Amino acid sequence: MLFVIQFVAVLWTPLYNSAEPSLMGLPFFYWYQLLWVILGAILTAIVYFATSD
Amino acid sequence: MQDVNWVALSVFVFLFAFITWLGFAAANWRPGDLDQLHEWGLGGRRFGTIITWFLVGGDLYTAYTFIAVPALAFGAGAIAFFAVPYTIIVYPILFLVFPRLWNVCHKHGYITAGDFVRGRFGNRWLALAITITGLVATMPYIALQLVGIQVVVGALGISGTGLMADLPLVIAFVVLAAFTYSSGLRAPASIAIVKDILIYVTAFTAIIVIPIQLGGFAKIFSAVPEQKLLLAEPGAGSTGAYSAYATLALGSALALFLYPHSMTAILSASSSRAIRRNAAMLPGYSFMLGLLALFGFFAIAAGVGSLPEYADGFKQFGNNFAVPALFLHSFPSWFVGIAFAAIGIGALVPAAIMSIAAANLYTRNIHREFINSNPSDRQEAQLAKWASLVVKFGALVFILFVPTQYAIQLQLLGGIWIIQTLPAVLLGAYTRWFNSWALLLGWAAGIVAGTAMTIAVNLTPTYPLMIGGHTFPGYAALYTVILNLVVAVVLTPVLNALAPLRAPIDETAPSDYYA
Repeated sequence: MLFVIQFVAVLWTPLYNSAEPSLMGLPFFYWYQLLWVILGAILTAIVYFATSD
Repeated sequence: MQDVNWVALSVFVFLFAFITWLGFAAANWRPGDLDQLHEWGLGGRRFGTIITWFLVGGDLYTAYTFIAVPALAFGAGAIAFFAVPYTIIVYPILFLVFPRLWNVCHKHGYITAGDFVRGRFGNRWLALAITITGLVATMPYIALQLVGIQVVVGALGISGTGLMADLPLVIAFVVLAAFTYSSGLRAPASIAIVKDILIYVTAFTAIIVIPIQLGGFAKIFSAVPEQKLLLAEPGAGSTGAYSAYATLALGSALALFLYPHSMTAILSASSSRAIRRNAAMLPGYSFMLGLLALFGFFAIAAGVGSLPEYADGFKQFGNNFAVPALFLHSFPSWFVGIAFAAIGIGALVPAAIMSIAAANLYTRNIHREFINSNPSDRQEAQLAKWASLVVKFGALVFILFVPTQYAIQLQLLGGIWIIQTLPAVLLGAYTRWFNSWALLLGWAAGIVAGTAMTIAVNLTPTYPLMIGGHTFPGYAALYTVILNLVVAVVLTPVLNALAPLRAPIDETAPSDYYA
């Protein structure tokens, strides 16, 4: 299940608890998690379209 | 306190007047017979994908969230960002479980979690436990919404002594109570659209304008003290802040949709498809919440905590004043009015939905079950309307006469209590394997252990669990719901063996869970 990926990605805290690499001055810790909001939404949409038929 | 900010106040009052009108007019929106409980309390289950998006967003991302999450970032730093993974993982749960629950509730006319558990397990006492947990967890949550209004009213420069000081809050509440009474769930649904637009405008303006004023993200984050910037590295023999962060996110996500107000908003959707679509669309709000959390750091960088004009505000409201102070500091008055109205209206939407949810619970699962088992539709709807008034009045009295700190602590405990309904409600959507009395005992074990753990750490959410010399600091809700599950699983075969003749009654059929 695609959902497992996002659970691991955001709940495995040591993976992303660092300041570098920063993006436009935003530390990694913050932009990584904001990025996962978008990736999570995309994954959910994929599952939606794959299961709705 | 600073002087009254007339421009901001005018914009604020104008927007409030507009949503008041909208709240009353909502009764005629997709009209239905408001003398029926599912019309008043679920908007006739007619909200499509878009309205559900606004309604659920307006319901879950409350004014208190907008104030408290940045306040936590301002005060404690990176840990506040747990709200982001929390709202990332909550949507797969919504996607998987809630279409099933919606289907079965639609089929049988259930409007609360208590209704579902009653039907599924045929045990009125288990349903009562679920209901009371929901009511008790909701009350302090409503009270906290009022804190959001108090903070922005204070920041507009309105202050007084004695009864006068509370007058704006009382007015806001009378308005809220009146339109909820007359329009039911249609009122917050229509107001949520206005609120969400205001919030989005505020958040995106702030995320662009304030960093420019402060000289860019790099400069902002260099102003943040190092120990606040990231989670602290755990020491030897402990998983430290890492496990605290992850368990807070997971535990909060598991608890969120068990709250009665979440259930009410979900069940008012017009189809289970609308719920699935929303699971993919609602992260739009999570993204905004992440941006809002960053405002706490902006407030640090802007140095509002040490500016003399905001000293009174911080003294009165603590770190909750960080965001209002940041807005006052960064924006022209008219935009401050819009931003504060967004927060104030953002408090009314969830408060309305919560009071409706609590009223539904009382009417269906306490009054109908234990007092008058056969009310007419009209009596039932009328009772719910009165119950919603009582609930709101209770919350108002609570916030006026009890220190805010208690409401915050009770809301914390509420999260730990509400998650104990997970085995019966979420797992109940999949299986009827559990013995209902075993579920009840598991619930009791979870409530007692969760309360004890929280009190043991002076009413903070994370409990340092010791296993074999290792410490795992984590959210007490998650630890205790595991205990709850273990109790339910172990006792189910035992209790089934003790009373084999009492065959469980399940009024739902497996096919009821599909569209």
